[in-house]
Amino acid sequence: MKLGILINEGPYQHQASDTALQYVKAALKKGHEIYRVFFYNDGVNNATRLATPPQDDRNITKEWSSLAKDHGIDLVVCVAAAQRRGILDKGEAERNGKDSDNIEDGFRISGLGQLVEAGIQSDRLITFGD
Amino acid sequence: MSEDGVVKKFMYVNRKSPYGTIYALESLEVVLITAAFDQDVSLTFTDDGVYQLMKGQQTDGIGMKNFSSTYSALGDYEINKIFIDKESLEERGLSLSDLQELVWEDEDEDYAEKSSINLVSRAELSEIMNKQDVVLSF
Repeated sequence: MKLGILINEGPYQHQASDTALQYVKAALKKGHEIYRVFFYNDGVNNATRLATPPQDDRNITKEWSSLAKDHGIDLVVCVAAAQRRGILDKGEAERNGKDSDNIEDGFRISGLGQLVEAGIQSDRLITFGD
Repeated sequence: MSEDGVVKKFMYVNRKSPYGTIYALESLEVVLITAAFDQDVSLTFTDDGVYQLMKGQQTDGIGMKNFSSTYSALGDYEINKIFIDKESLEERGLSLSDLQELVWEDEDEDYAEKSSINLVSRAELSEIMNKQDVVLSF
């Protein structure tokens, strides 16, 4: 089955992203295809490479990044939600006159249309949120 | 419409009051984008989500943007299926007269103005939800 994933909560504060990670790993193991993972609301905070959780804790952002690398998963961060919360790639940082970007490898910033498209193209769109 | 002409039934379920969290505002942002994809969009207001449509919202005191007028534009985006959970209204001592009137213009009937609002029971709502392809809950 082709699955779209929507994550609406930030890491650590809420379990949504952890559960989504486990879900995506399990789905891949069963041979399902992940069409796209879309990050919205505070979910965009999953994409910052500047997060530094304690060493004995999981690093959710790194886990998403390496999962994307290993399985070619499209991780998309909503541009409007990201701008509000200070998640920027190089282009966004330049356009908005900020001194640096902070997006982790494997994530890309794009519009909400990518979420709608995931809803249209996937067999199921699964939301992880509050 | 998507490139391959697929039209799916998208339902947005709004469950939170308008200003305590950002869910209501960011839900509305996705709704408007979805309309641009020519999908079959409907909205549900349930639980504290019914407060999103309250008439006469005033946000000066809390320093937040009042976005309640945006709902009245939904009809222009051909979003005219708005479902209000009857029990949620009643539990909060509200009735339809406390909510904005949301309308759309029916092209097939000489642009007659029609109400977009449907007051439904939870049992009816669950049937309507069952028929959706994509349900997004905020």
